[in-house]
Amino acid sequence: MSQQSPLGTATARSGSSFSVDKVTVRFGGLTALDSVSLHVQPGEVLGVIGPNGAGKTTLFNVVCGFLRPDEGVLRWRDRELKGLRPHQLAGLGISRTLQGVGLFAGMTVLENVMTGAGAQAKAGFVSALFGLPRSDRDEATLRDRALAQLERVGAADVAGRYPGSLPYPVQKRVALARALVSEPDLLMLDEPAAGLSNVEMDELGDTIRELSGRMAVMLVEHHMDLVMRVCDRITVLDFGKVISTGTPDEVRNDPAVLAAYLGDENETSGLEA
Amino acid sequence: MSTNLSKQDPTGDSQVGTTPEVTGTPSADTARRRIGSTLVRNGLLMLLAFVGIALLLETLSPFRVSQLGVMAYYLPAIAGLTVLTGLNGQISLGHGALMAVGGYTTAVLLERQEGLPFLLVLLISAVVAGVVGLVVGAAAARLHGPYLAGATLALAVGLPGLALKFDEFLGGDQGLRVSPPRAPDGIESFYESLMGDNLSGQRYLAYYGWIIALVVLLLLSNLVNSRYGRHWRAVRDDEVAAELAGIDLGRMRVQAFVVSAVCAGVGGSLLAVVTRLIAPTSVTIVLSFGLLTAIVIGGLGSLLGAVIGAAVLVFMQQIITDTGLDAGLDASQAANIAPLVYGVLLIVVMLAAPRGLVGTVRMAWSTRAAARRAGA
Ligand SMILES: Nc1ncnc2c1ncn2[C@@H]1O[C@H](COP(=O)(O)OP(=O)(O)OP(=O)(O)O)[C@@H](O)[C@H]1O
Ligand SMILES: [Mg+2]
Repeated sequence: MSQQSPLGTATARSGSSFSVDKVTVRFGGLTALDSVSLHVQPGEVLGVIGPNGAGKTTLFNVVCGFLRPDEGVLRWRDRELKGLRPHQLAGLGISRTLQGVGLFAGMTVLENVMTGAGAQAKAGFVSALFGLPRSDRDEATLRDRALAQLERVGAADVAGRYPGSLPYPVQKRVALARALVSEPDLLMLDEPAAGLSNVEMDELGDTIRELSGRMAVMLVEHHMDLVMRVCDRITVLDFGKVISTGTPDEVRNDPAVLAAYLGDENETSGLEA
Repeated sequence: MSTNLSKQDPTGDSQVGTTPEVTGTPSADTARRRIGSTLVRNGLLMLLAFVGIALLLETLSPFRVSQLGVMAYYLPAIAGLTVLTGLNGQISLGHGALMAVGGYTTAVLLERQEGLPFLLVLLISAVVAGVVGLVVGAAAARLHGPYLAGATLALAVGLPGLALKFDEFLGGDQGLRVSPPRAPDGIESFYESLMGDNLSGQRYLAYYGWIIALVVLLLLSNLVNSRYGRHWRAVRDDEVAAELAGIDLGRMRVQAFVVSAVCAGVGGSLLAVVTRLIAPTSVTIVLSFGLLTAIVIGGLGSLLGAVIGAAVLVFMQQIITDTGLDAGLDASQAANIAPLVYGVLLIVVMLAAPRGLVGTVRMAWSTRAAARRAGA
């Protein structure tokens, strides 16, 4: 019933894909993104990698409507996204986690996750004001969905706690649950593995693979092991330009990629593995 | 990024109203959720509160009854400000001015449209204040921290000035007298048969004020426990994450401002009726500061805190003024120490117990509970 996103049924979306077409973003004299094109299909994990300052976060910010591209277009489900504003994203079936965690500090974990699907609630202001059953039903549904997501990421036991009292990796899992509760078709993860141990990173990899069965995933990440393991395709940015796109094996052996990463030993170690 | 007031206390407890503390396993949690509907739960709570108030009004001295009447008109405004500042993170130093809007609307309507039912007058006053709140809120949604404080301060200082400018209509310095409502005959005779006593005008006004105040609290507590309350808090805590969750920041800010202004309008209307007068002196900047002090003392973001804050404000005012008189000050000097004390109290509370009374008690409680859990 009210579980569906406002845009229709899952089958209607299955052919949907997201594409970025020749997007350019300039900050004054600096070209942070230079005619960047990429696309991601349902069920696919696309990695976006590149050295520091390559433009990865800028790309995410454009996709989320925090930045307007100077040139180029974004397409989602064969429609052009024009004048996109960030708060419209959730309604379009796109979720994003933030670099860091970005949880609401003054709200319980459960409330945090419920907020992630708030855009889909139906009961209006009047039902809420008078505490009508319609509003209560909405809340109950949201709560059940939030708890289900918390269970999926293994954080159901901290539902009543405040984020500040939780270890960082648990906070990251809560943030993931919040992004998932709206059942997005495109999930954008900005450095989800930062601050995680190797074991936790492996678990995260499994989770991402599992999620990709139901949605498209765009992953920005510096940990090459993880990227190489979970991504179906990888797009490499350097100085705002796409310098390579392909399967992990193709990208790994691309001389242009190796050249771009030269001098950045941490990251090349993963590439050469 | 914003520098909203509430961000100084990011872990501030914002469980509000009657939401049960969510703890433990999902199944325990789901079980707890089934306890009745929001309306029934909050309605019962308010009914209980009404019984308590009625007991007080029937047993206390006329002086205390009049103080409770004063508390009744502070309460909606303070609760509304709690929503705005505590839950949504927008500071307002101008809520006294919004009360003025409600109060003057009530006075003018009662003067010019004799025979209008009081409840209708109250509703119109609330709506007018809400419209002013919409305008202010739309501007405020673009302002942050000190700028918002400054803008609302200007409102608090400037708006009462209108009463002087349009003195023929708004009564100038003298203000407008308000003839208070009389109890409807039915209620009066019901009261007499129940209590075996006349319903004094003053006591009736206190009842009138408290019933309205409790209805406001009921509706606010419904809202605060709904998706809207959650979204207000989300905007307060993290703008970027809130937007990504699909929340329109500007819309939520304006909405919170309007809700809060409507509450202030109700408070102002009650003020005019309970004190039988609305004048520039009854809605000075000191009133705005008093409201802010009350929500800070009570604990930002908790409706229970708003009630406690209102009580402290009313009874403190009397104590301060009495102390001033005892110390040999004249009446106007004594009245002027209250704002000074508010200011000092604001600073002390912010430093010593930034969560306010309710937050501090709750914190101590949960720390003890955690210690017990750890010990077990
Ligand atoms: N708001 C801004 N104003 C000016 N320059 C900016 C702005 N945001 C990013 N830049 C610049 O654009 C370039 C790309 O930055 P971006 O943050 O997208 O890189 P990144 O690939 O995410 O890097 P990292 O791996 O360090 O997160 C950098 O040179 C950065 O300094
Ligand atoms: Mg980045």
